[in-house]
Amino acid sequence: MGMFENIIIILYLLVLGYLGFIGYKQTKNSADYLIAGGNTHPFVMALSYGATFISTAAIVGFGGVAAWLGNSLLWLTFCNIFIGVFVAFVFLGNPTRKMGIRLNAHTFPELLGRRFNSKFIQIFGGVLIAFFMPLYASAVLIGGTEFIVAYFKVDYHMALLVFSIIITGYVLAGGLKGVMLTDALQGVIMFMAMLILLVMVFKSVGGVDVGFFKLEEVWSKTVATLSNVSLKELQAGSPDFLMKLSMNWGFQGWNKMPLFLSEGWLFVITSITMGVGIGVLAQPQLVVRFMTVKSKNELNRAVLIGGVFIIAMTGIVFIVGSLSNVWYYEFNEGKNALQSTGGVGKVIPHFINASMPKWFAFIFLFALISAAMSTLSSQFHAMGTAIGRDVFEQIVGKNNPNSLLITRMGVVIMIILSVSLAYVFDKQPAIIARSTSIFFALCASIFLPAYIGGLFWRRMTKKGVIASMGVGAFVSTFWLLFVHFQEAKALGLCKVLFGVDSLLSGKIIFVDALIIALPLSVLTAIVVSLMSKPESPALLRKCFED
Amino acid sequence: METFDLGVGLAFWLMNASAILCVIYGIVYWNKDKENTTWDDEAKINKDL
Repeated sequence: MGMFENIIIILYLLVLGYLGFIGYKQTKNSADYLIAGGNTHPFVMALSYGATFISTAAIVGFGGVAAWLGNSLLWLTFCNIFIGVFVAFVFLGNPTRKMGIRLNAHTFPELLGRRFNSKFIQIFGGVLIAFFMPLYASAVLIGGTEFIVAYFKVDYHMALLVFSIIITGYVLAGGLKGVMLTDALQGVIMFMAMLILLVMVFKSVGGVDVGFFKLEEVWSKTVATLSNVSLKELQAGSPDFLMKLSMNWGFQGWNKMPLFLSEGWLFVITSITMGVGIGVLAQPQLVVRFMTVKSKNELNRAVLIGGVFIIAMTGIVFIVGSLSNVWYYEFNEGKNALQSTGGVGKVIPHFINASMPKWFAFIFLFALISAAMSTLSSQFHAMGTAIGRDVFEQIVGKNNPNSLLITRMGVVIMIILSVSLAYVFDKQPAIIARSTSIFFALCASIFLPAYIGGLFWRRMTKKGVIASMGVGAFVSTFWLLFVHFQEAKALGLCKVLFGVDSLLSGKIIFVDALIIALPLSVLTAIVVSLMSKPESPALLRKCFED
Repeated sequence: METFDLGVGLAFWLMNASAILCVIYGIVYWNKDKENTTWDDEAKINKDL
């Protein structure tokens, strides 16, 4: 490791420490620790939202999928910006912020619990977060640690512990203020790295139009040639197997959509685009960001920053992922990206190291570590507040004078749990590898009807919400365990119980759990609410009127 | 971009249009909307609920 790298690492850690210290100095009470005192700068809020949303899975995982399946993934970027930023900030942000203040809600489950005057809803939400988010966090931890191990050639377990201790330091001391300030720094690093990457990639493939034009040629030379080969003749999981599989799923080229309603179309549109694009609206660690600003103006300003940040993240990495096929074809003996690197998850790191100068590979590593840290710090904070405030305090009793201490204890417990999972399962068993999509599907199916209905529909009732959450939890869990082609096969419970990978067959197994569970959850919320007694006028006044 | 088919081309332009929409909205509404950590209010809210 050179002097330049050492200096950058020390500087980075010093700045992180300083920002964590600022957060610590400004944290006087539970409002500061849980929602950053409600007076966060819009620049910090928007970057924190974006950097929390975009983890290493979005950059490396989905970037690799773009190298495999092509530019149809840009539908996800459209949803990320339009739904994840514009709709979320413009239509949900201010009602969430105002209701949060009226009800003195500090966390997402607390907002729902107080809106419907239900301890059960708050505890159920807290338990769900405390149970599933550690799996999601351990996936991000494993991903971030693997990049450190690959670059610095250090021991996995040692890297994991050092990485976790650094994040724990500023989350524990600085609360959400520390988390959001460091998120903003990490967001800036990610943004700069992506802009440089885009320019350098277009330069290396001969320009924008030329690059996309060559993509057609590379498909015809490296993938279309497999059209006469049977899938059974290829080794399962090999690059050619994956490319042939994409053809069987209806993909026709990296610049083309898969055939309408084909397996590939259902996968890209329901699992990738809608699963993540809609699922983001009900992510507890993101919803709480709306409660951290002091007026609608801050949210309006954050729309501008958030939109630009997200297009610079997923928009760029998906285009780079698909264009990596052109670079490999020209500089690696006529092979495409998967043939050159061996797997979907290896494309982006391999491409950066092979095609970019060494100084940029180091900067990109920093961007990846920043993406992991910014997501992890918010996950640690959300999990800690869920177990401390939403579960423990609700069961033991409110108005605890040691509320802040209990929350911090919750943070420590959940960090230990997540790190233990990452420590033991460094080879990523299926439940951890699939945890991001599992968490997004569950949150959307369980929380989204209650959240949107709670904000905009006064006739929604506690019974309606509880029934909706129950149906959402049951249907999405059933679909993930027994039907959806990725999770059901990977988790293996269906195979153990029934001897098959999925209880259903045909194209339906490519439809995401969210597409099935969310409409049923919404329908349940509406029907049960209309059949049950409305909430008291006093509660509704408290929720909706100043 | 000319090589994109209708579906991918639509996604590409909608993606850019959404980002531009965010920028325009942020500028137009930058200062349009004209807004107490007595926090431990908490006791009163709990009593009311």
